[in-house]
Formats: sequence, C-alpha cells, structure tokens
Amino acid sequence: MTGMENAQTQDLGCQLPLRAASIVSRRLALAVGTAALALGSPAAQAAGTLAGTDIVNVAQATYDSPEGGTPITIDSNKVTIKVDELLDVTVVSSDPGDVATAPALTTQVLTYQVTNSGNGSEAFTLSADTAKPGDEFDTGFEQTILDSNSNGVYDPGVDTIYTPGTNDPVLAPDESIAVFILSTIPASANDGDRAEIELSAVANTGNGTPGTIFAGQGDGGGDAVIGTTGARDADSGFFVIQASDVTLTKSATITDPSGGTQPVPGAVILYQLVATTVGSSDVTNLAISDDIPAETTYKSGTITLEGAPLGDAASDGDAGSFDGDSIAVALGTVPGGQTRTITFQVVID
Amino acid sequence: MIKAISLAIALMMPGTAMAANNVSLSSDVFVERKVAKPNGTTALILEQPTTVTPGDKLVFVVNYKNVGSAPATDFSVTNPLPKAVAFNGTSDGTEIVSVDGGKNWGPLADLTYLSGNGNVRPALLTDVTHVKWTFNRALSAGSGGKLVFRGTVK
Repeated sequence: MTGMENAQTQDLGCQLPLRAASIVSRRLALAVGTAALALGSPAAQAAGTLAGTDIVNVAQATYDSPEGGTPITIDSNKVTIKVDELLDVTVVSSDPGDVATAPALTTQVLTYQVTNSGNGSEAFTLSADTAKPGDEFDTGFEQTILDSNSNGVYDPGVDTIYTPGTNDPVLAPDESIAVFILSTIPASANDGDRAEIELSAVANTGNGTPGTIFAGQGDGGGDAVIGTTGARDADSGFFVIQASDVTLTKSATITDPSGGTQPVPGAVILYQLVATTVGSSDVTNLAISDDIPAETTYKSGTITLEGAPLGDAASDGDAGSFDGDSIAVALGTVPGGQTRTITFQVVID
Repeated sequence: MIKAISLAIALMMPGTAMAANNVSLSSDVFVERKVAKPNGTTALILEQPTTVTPGDKLVFVVNYKNVGSAPATDFSVTNPLPKAVAFNGTSDGTEIVSVDGGKNWGPLADLTYLSGNGNVRPALLTDVTHVKWTFNRALSAGSGGKLVFRGTVK
C-alpha cells in the first residue's frame, strides 16, 4: 500500500507544495456545501456503527474556471459500503460476591447482566446451569426470569418467566437486560458450602468462530459476522451456605451449709449456662433464659455474664434480668464460633 | 434582439461546461483484510468491500487528473469523512483538516476542538470531519495524482 500513497504522476512531481492553510478561503464554501450531502450516517454507538448503516464517500475537487468567475467544484464517484452486523454478547454476574443462603430455602436469586455488545438488534438464547462441577453442592433450578420492568430487582409476579425459544430477549446495540436465576437450596447443604450457577447467552443468528459470516442475515440488510466474543458468553454467580446454631450447656454446682455438696435445704446451687454459637454467620438477637427450678428460690443479684455481675432489674440498663420466675440474659448479636458463659444461683427451699 | 442575446448566452454555456469537465476525480475505498497464507504467515491485502464491520481499517484513495486542455489553477481536493469513519491520517502529512464540519482548516496540530460543554482542547484525529489537499501550483493539462488517507470504521 505504501507505493500507492506516494504515487504522483506526470509533471506534478512527487509532491505538490501546499498552499498555506490561512490562504484557503472563500472557495471552501461551495465544497463544504456539497460535503454535507455525503454524510448521513447515524451516530456511532459504543458497540460501533449501527448495522445496516451505509458509509458513503465522495471527494470534491475545486479549481478556478479558465474563464474566471466562480471556481468550479466537481464531485467524484460515490462509493457506498454497508456496515455489517457484528454479533457480540457479554454476560456478567451482578452480585457483588457470594450470595448468602441457608439450607432448604426456595426462590433464592442470583442476578446477571446480559449486554448486546454488537452493533445490531439481536435476540439471545439464555440457559442456566445449576450443575457446574467443582462446587460443593448443586441447587435445584426453578426458573430463569427476565427483569421486564428494568429495575434490576426480582419482582415476583411482575418480572417475566423466560422460556427459551419463546421470549428470547431482543436487545438493541449496547442494550442490557437483568436476568435472574431462581434456585432451591437443598436441605443437605452444609455450612460454608458454595454452589456455582452459570448463565450463558448466545446470539440467535449464530455463534462460534469470530469472523464467521451469515450472509444476508445481518440487522439492516447486510451480513451478520461473529465478533470477538464468538457471539456467546457466560458468567457465574455463587451461593454460600451461612448456617448458624447455638448449643447451650447447663451444669450445676452445689454447696451445702456445712461446706459439702449435698442438695439439702439451704444449699446453694450455682448454675452455669454456656452458650456456644457454631456456623459461619452471626446469631442475632440471641437471648438466654432459664426458669428457676421448683423448690428453689433465686438468690438475688447473682446473675453474671463472662464473670461480670448483672443487675436483676429489667430496666437497669444491663443485659440481665430476673422476672420472678426465670432469669434472662440478652446477648444480642454473637458471631459464629464464640461462647458466652452465664451463671446464677438459687437456694434450695 | 432578444433572440440574439439568448444565442449569445447559449454559446457561452457550453464553454463553461467544458471547463467544468476538465478535471476528473475518482474515489476508491479499500479495506485491509488479513489473509492466512499456506506457509503460516498472515498477509495484509486490500480489497474493495461491499460490506465492512466496526473496527475495519479502510484506505481511501482519490485519483485526480486534468483531462482538459488548460491548466486548473487554485486546485484543491476535499474529502468529507463519512460519519461512521474515524480519520487515521495520511502517510505524507501534507493534508489540512477540519474538525468543525469545514468551518476552520489547518494542520491537525494547529486546531482546537470545542466540546459540547464549551471546553476547548487540542484537536484529535478522531475529531476530524474533513480532509483537504490544496496545491499552490496549477494542475497542468494531462497531469494528475493520487491522494490517500486512512480511516477506521467506528
């Protein structure tokens, strides 16, 4: 090509000296006037010029008339090239990270964004894969849902259930749609287990090797050409099981009035309650309460939490209270894997 | 008398028309295609396409020739860029360009671009709307040449 660019013929020599830009003047008006006719393409998208757009090129030459007067402007032939449709799609998981869930829950949502990154209007076939290998469990597939009200959030009964081949989403160039995959979490899933769920999208016109041409099938009348994405893409979202549980261990230590350990009237029983949280998630609003056993009397002011004494009144601002029948300690939110030790004392009647 | 004037005008018109026809101008657009050769290398070939896709590299060639018998003075060639094409420059750099639809002209480095929000910045290749070659020597009868610029399908 280099040779062509340097070509100048005959007596012009290989390079014509240029007129200084500032001297170029009134003669331009005419050339510019006709130039506008050669345009007419719609604005380019991020995905590129819209499929079906004609690229029309016309050059103009201007020179003085031999007779003087108005300079002459002539147009070249018109070259018209049609812009084909590039088939491209991207799928991205919209969830910022693993989505926490728990065993046996239904209608658990993962969210994806499907974008037509080509330059023509195109329909895409979606498929959800809940049985990916390499994860700890598989969810039960319920439905794929199209975000028909475009708010990015799954709205039961509002958003449309997707049926492949029936309501494949048709996306304009650069247009995106949110897609939700609904899953049932198996009851057998264990705490901390992850499940991978993949959404894939393929262009209905065709997919495969970039550069493959589908003659005449392009949006706007040209060909359709598979773009760099292969006109197919997939991305995965993940569920993680965040189970939690609390175990409570109660023990008693008796101290009788004579210094022994006999459960006789007047003996003091020290009860110890150890609450242990297990699992990967926080236990929220954890409250421990214990009835005062029959034939015993609560020894006032003996509730402790982690060795620190708590008042009996519910209104005294601390976590402990005694209501006449039972003691209670409000522990609030306790992260998984921790213990809280509570003690209180009663006297055998 | 009126007939005589009409005749005089009619006699003048063909002369004007002939002058208008004494430069020929033709435009060709080529696209660069990569072709795998049997020996494993990739060759870059130019072909005249009927269709292109975004990202394709185009080569615009304008041929001009004075096919008349008189020199054409103040000769210039202008090629407005199709909107779907981003200018990639010429190899010899002898062109002047416009980034505002043909109002102001100059070497790209001398131009500024007024953005929609009123900011002014140095003009970029992608701002170019028109390419123009001006000649300060008359195009003598029978002479011609070739002007080449490159663009990318947006």
